[in-house]
Amino acid sequence: MSTDLKPPDAPAPSVRGSSVRLGDRIFTNLTRGAGVFVLVIMASIGAFLVWKAIPAFQNNTGNFFTTQEWFPDADPPVFGIAALAFGTAISSVIAMIIAVPVAIGTALFIAFFASRRASTSLGFVIDVLAAVPSIIYGLWGLQVLMNHMEGITKWLNDYLGFIPLFNNEIGIYTKSIFIASVVLAIMILPTISALSREVFIQVPRDHREASLALGATRWEMIRMAVLPFGRPGIISATMLGLGRALGETIAVALILSAAFEINWHITEPGGNTFAANIALKWNEAGPIGLSALIASGLILFIITLVVNMIARAIIAKHKEFSGANS
Amino acid sequence: MSVMDKDDAEVLEGLSSQLAMRTLPRLGTLYSALIAAAITAVIVVVTPAAGIAGSLVIWYLMYMLVQTVWSFRVEGRRFAVDRLATTLVWTAFLIALTALVWILVSVTIRGLSAFSWDFLTGTMRNVSPLREGGGLAHALVGTLLQVGMAAVIAVPLSILVAIYLVEYGRGKLATFVTFFVDVMTGVPSIVAGLFIYTFWVLTFGFERSGFAASLALTILMIPVIVRSTEEMLKIVPNDLREASYALGVPKWKTIVRIVIPTAFGGIVTGVMLSIARVAGETAPLLLTTFLSQSMNPNLFTGAQASVPTFIWDQISSGTPASIDRAWAGALVLIIVVVMFYALARLVAKLTAPARQ
Repeated sequence: MSTDLKPPDAPAPSVRGSSVRLGDRIFTNLTRGAGVFVLVIMASIGAFLVWKAIPAFQNNTGNFFTTQEWFPDADPPVFGIAALAFGTAISSVIAMIIAVPVAIGTALFIAFFASRRASTSLGFVIDVLAAVPSIIYGLWGLQVLMNHMEGITKWLNDYLGFIPLFNNEIGIYTKSIFIASVVLAIMILPTISALSREVFIQVPRDHREASLALGATRWEMIRMAVLPFGRPGIISATMLGLGRALGETIAVALILSAAFEINWHITEPGGNTFAANIALKWNEAGPIGLSALIASGLILFIITLVVNMIARAIIAKHKEFSGANS
Repeated sequence: MSVMDKDDAEVLEGLSSQLAMRTLPRLGTLYSALIAAAITAVIVVVTPAAGIAGSLVIWYLMYMLVQTVWSFRVEGRRFAVDRLATTLVWTAFLIALTALVWILVSVTIRGLSAFSWDFLTGTMRNVSPLREGGGLAHALVGTLLQVGMAAVIAVPLSILVAIYLVEYGRGKLATFVTFFVDVMTGVPSIVAGLFIYTFWVLTFGFERSGFAASLALTILMIPVIVRSTEEMLKIVPNDLREASYALGVPKWKTIVRIVIPTAFGGIVTGVMLSIARVAGETAPLLLTTFLSQSMNPNLFTGAQASVPTFIWDQISSGTPASIDRAWAGALVLIIVVVMFYALARLVAKLTAPARQ
């Protein structure tokens, strides 16, 4: 920003003496120290989680990656993250399938279909909704949405039951991965939408007007001028939404009835995720149990780290395109 | 151009008949909707299995079909696609709006029905889960202290980081810090809680307390404040800095006395937004504090409640009375969050003219 500035950091000694440089040196080091401290925090999150996860890895008699049980405080301890990884992955994927088209459609609507006045206030509403705490989404999902989901899950079972995913053999339709995914989708919708909208409104006016002047319909303008320009932004917004879905704890913990098995029947009760499992098992865990939960948290940390790094790398590569400044 | 011979006139005529293309009538959308409704009525009468939601879905599909086919016949493929896309974009927006309004309305209605003045001033001390009454004063105090302490730690640190990135940061280290501040935004809140637990409780042997919760919230606040402060510092005009340097003011004093005051409003807005974001965090608090039913104004010792964990606790109890309390707690929490948002907007508005 201020590359071309020449601050008087080295004036002639006769003017001010060395006190000027001392103040500057202290301040420079203070701010650089703060910057380094952020790196230290990130590094120590990884380091402390690894360190405290070691006892769990040492004592585990099951396979950490394939075991579908969670008895870390038993003698001998047996536990593995297979069911957690499965539940986390499938709930996030379903949430993305639901949320991404709706979020991008919403962003397009606010950017190009709503009037300018409506557009500003709708943008604000979306921002506020991105800040609604997850416990409220969880409470709503558990108390309100779940009562309204039976119809659609039954319908899925009746007509699409030949697909194993929608087959429900128990006949109970509550507390399922599917409901958790719908809630997750609603939670990440504002996040993805707000970021995509920010990218869309940065598309140069010239591009949009040129395509309209050439006779393009509004949709052709969006398809040919807006979407190609906004693609990196959309991808990174999607990745950030995915990161949020993967790490979401409370809403999922409230809705699922935790089970430690890989169950492809997503409309049946059961399922579990990394984050929800940590919250639910935390207070009843013994020393090895805590260590095992920390180990699963470490895996979650690594996964979200990778997802976020990819998203950020995409943004950094297309810096001039990205308005995604959050 | 001014003289037009016969051929030109013919060409123009042909062009204008092409340009004045046939379109759907002005109320075409409404007609499509009505035709779709008629078809839906027939379908529902013939196969009465649909129900209200089913009928709506059938009507919606029919509407899209009628309009697209009609437009395709009259206006051609490109405009049919445009109409279809417009319908889909509207649908996406309405779905999003429905879901979000539904949540806010549920919280408001169910929250208000359980809300009272006593709820704000009372605590859960000696209130059994089965009984009605009780309140969340203890939780409000806890949230206020925990979030306040988190802000006290995070704000100066984050502003220093932002100053480093905007005013000093060059080269590899700055790129690294920028990148990891961005990545930090994506750290799941439960991982922040886990980290503080391993660090503060397991390694240093302190007990779980409100302060440990503050530390976890700090980690979630830092990237938000750094990013917003960075944006604000960047829009401070360079002329101001140069004018200050020209007067012989050292760089650090320029930053402290000129740059920061200029960007002050924006920085405060960012801080408010970050507070709104972390005030509702539940997961890290579950790991780093013990739930409490009574007032504890001490951040450093003993169990301390907070509004999000209060709601969690009430949901876990699961009795009708405690579910009511959970909804009332949710209403209070949303009001707190929205208040900080509104405050942020207000500060932004009040300080905006000064920036021009």
